[in-house]
Amino acid sequence: MNMLNRTTAPAHFATTRFHLIKPQRLRFANGLQVFVFDSGDQELVRIEWIVGNIFTTEDRGLLNTCVCDMLLEGTGSHNSAQLAEQVDFHGAFLVPSFGYDQSSLTLFSLNRHLPSLLPLVKEILVDPTFPEKELATYIRNNVQKLQVSLKKNSFVARREFNRAIFGATRYGYTPDAIDYERVDRDELLSLFSKQYRPENSSLVVSGKVTDEVIRMLEQLFGDEWQNDGRVTPNDGPPASAPVSTAEPIVVERADALQSAIRLGSRSIQRSHPDFPGLQVVNTLLGGYFGSRLMANIREDKGYTYNIGSGLASLKHGAFLTIASEVGVEATGATLAEIEKEIRRLRDEPVPEAELAVVRNYMMGSMLGSLENVFSHADKFKNTYFSGLDLDYYDYYTDVVNTITPDEVQRLANTYLDYDKMVKVIVGKLPPINGL
Amino acid sequence: MVSFDRFTLANGLRVLVHQDNATPMAVVNILYDVGARDENPEQTGFAHLFEHLMFGGSANIPNFDGPSQAAGAQNNAFTSNDITNYYITLPAANIETAFWLESDRMLELAFNEKSLDVQRNVVCEEFKQRYLNQPYGDTWLRLRPMAYHVHPYRWATIGKELAHIEDARMEDVRKFFATYYTPANAYLVVAGNVETANVKELAEKWFGPIPGGGKPKRQLPPEPPQQEARREVVYADVPQHAIYIAFHSPARNDAGYYAVDLITDLLSQGPSSRLYRRLVKDNELFSEINAYQTGSIDPGLLVVEGKPLPNVPMDAAEKAIWEQLEQLCSELIASYELEKVKNKIESTMVFAEMAILEKAMNLAYFELLGDADGFNHETARYLAVTEADIQQHARQLFRKENSSTLIYLANEHAQ
Repeated sequence: MNMLNRTTAPAHFATTRFHLIKPQRLRFANGLQVFVFDSGDQELVRIEWIVGNIFTTEDRGLLNTCVCDMLLEGTGSHNSAQLAEQVDFHGAFLVPSFGYDQSSLTLFSLNRHLPSLLPLVKEILVDPTFPEKELATYIRNNVQKLQVSLKKNSFVARREFNRAIFGATRYGYTPDAIDYERVDRDELLSLFSKQYRPENSSLVVSGKVTDEVIRMLEQLFGDEWQNDGRVTPNDGPPASAPVSTAEPIVVERADALQSAIRLGSRSIQRSHPDFPGLQVVNTLLGGYFGSRLMANIREDKGYTYNIGSGLASLKHGAFLTIASEVGVEATGATLAEIEKEIRRLRDEPVPEAELAVVRNYMMGSMLGSLENVFSHADKFKNTYFSGLDLDYYDYYTDVVNTITPDEVQRLANTYLDYDKMVKVIVGKLPPINGL
Repeated sequence: MVSFDRFTLANGLRVLVHQDNATPMAVVNILYDVGARDENPEQTGFAHLFEHLMFGGSANIPNFDGPSQAAGAQNNAFTSNDITNYYITLPAANIETAFWLESDRMLELAFNEKSLDVQRNVVCEEFKQRYLNQPYGDTWLRLRPMAYHVHPYRWATIGKELAHIEDARMEDVRKFFATYYTPANAYLVVAGNVETANVKELAEKWFGPIPGGGKPKRQLPPEPPQQEARREVVYADVPQHAIYIAFHSPARNDAGYYAVDLITDLLSQGPSSRLYRRLVKDNELFSEINAYQTGSIDPGLLVVEGKPLPNVPMDAAEKAIWEQLEQLCSELIASYELEKVKNKIESTMVFAEMAILEKAMNLAYFELLGDADGFNHETARYLAVTEADIQQHARQLFRKENSSTLIYLANEHAQ
């Protein structure tokens, strides 16, 4: 047998760049922006109709959610059952999804079924009826689901956290059963007509996008989707509310075996020059399996199955959050360790070797997240809806590959401050010394 | 169509290679033919705990994750009642790192006491997070022992109870490793931007020197046919009542698997499916309802689960489910409806070819089932199912004496 050296790692290569597919940009006559990513061997497409959310008032965000969710519940020509039947029969998935800033309707389909499906989608986007009976069903079932979710500590922690961070704004809004019950069909129709308009929408098409596909889309969503000349109301930024961090928010749960912990603060948006550097700091702290929070709180102490941190950029704000579920007896100790890890990032320069691992990990996972044409479209959306273009990723790559320990420390001191973080505990917080 | 090359090393390790040059990435996926069904009934949850220990360092590499992350890789694993599957996704240029890491932990684990200590705690917290501290979280801890009295599917992958995990000892860990983590008991799939010749060279280099060891013989007691309807009613601190009905269903390799899978699709795949349309929308009886099968290697379970609306008595809810199931037995379905669920299968299979990790996992799993090429014939097998097959299998499944019913009744204060 040859002598194989198993103690030394094989050579590996840093990923220093990656190729992004740039979209073909079109603008249909009605003002609809279209982005086309044509690639791939399979005869399939993903088509996303993305509409900017327009909030009636900051505390009625549920209306936007309902409009989005209920689009498939009936049109002037087809009822809910007929629409469902058509989509399913053609083996497609038509999925509404509501986000903080945009509502989207996504169609996954084999190309050969598009002639049957696209006219239906057009109907759904121009003539949904939000029937009373379907609305009653929607409300009833969602109230039931909300009751189940409210039994989950992690769900309650996220609601408390959002409220504390963003206050009485769309981002801090957390609907209760009573909010569902006051949703009214006329309000849905009125919001729909304000929001679902070509000039307030984008169309992102990825997969095998042939000329024939574009032609069908242009006819249905360019020529036949009328822009009635009314002006889309502006989506003004929500008024900022002060964040109170004086006391931890503790929701006691008598029978809890685990406490859900969520802490964090407002942060910077993707368009801020520090954003990619802060993503490096976030990755170090809790953004991957080898992160300091995982290494300490899971892999050394065994307090939890999972702990992580994340940085989210929204249209009118951003936040950084740390979340975990830990055995109730370890709740206080976990908070103390989180504080310690944040302090360590602020007080000590990160060792070059650890930073190198994070660099490689971030570049590798960026490359890994680009495995098919859909993910290229997703990368584009991240920048487009932040008001950036794909050059952002050149900047990102540059920062990740060249950031220094000093810069990491500067960013930690600027953006991570345990004392100023909102702290939410749902479960139990047994008193311990030193907290 | 997922093409692949296949070869076997002298020590018994089977290797499959799938080339996909559309991605700059590669996946190294290893499936070990061991799952919770292979556990000692007094030491359940062990296969899954062991999976955690596989990340605690190996003979020559003290830390698994560090070098993996340094090579830009992402790795993870899962354990089921049947299998334990590990995977690393990384830039294809760094693929040798994955061979180095995976071969060393197949060669010999570090058997590190600290890791065992910590992972016992981590898994206990996972047990609490997923099964104990969630409404309805203990469903499978209750449903499995009701449906299975003899076969080891009677316990969940996480284990029967926390105590089994707390009691795990290092000598058990060593024995488990020696028995199940042998080359002959593993399936290695490499997929992505790779060449078979290169993979062969790397496989010989890193896995070739690992001593052979045998493939353990599995002799599990078959579950005898169920003869009587079974039932458990639980009063729990949950917000709503819920019902779960489990029926014994065919094994994954049984020809009947495909018909039964289509039955679950007819019942609850998509917004036009029977249970959703009829019991949530037309008749307002449930807030949610679902049907699926476990699809396990030994005969599995088809489960119908739902949450009745607050004003619907449980017996009315249960009766409504049975009416739908009995209709599949008494009336032949229309060919249109069968075509509909087949169309969905067809497009789902095409979308499944978009991701190398999914392809790699499927090749490994189908090779375990007997032939990796089976993955390429899945669609055809679904398409071959007839209306009469659906009816025949529905009649076989939906019998009271083949059912185990679990009912949660919400404690009043839980509202």
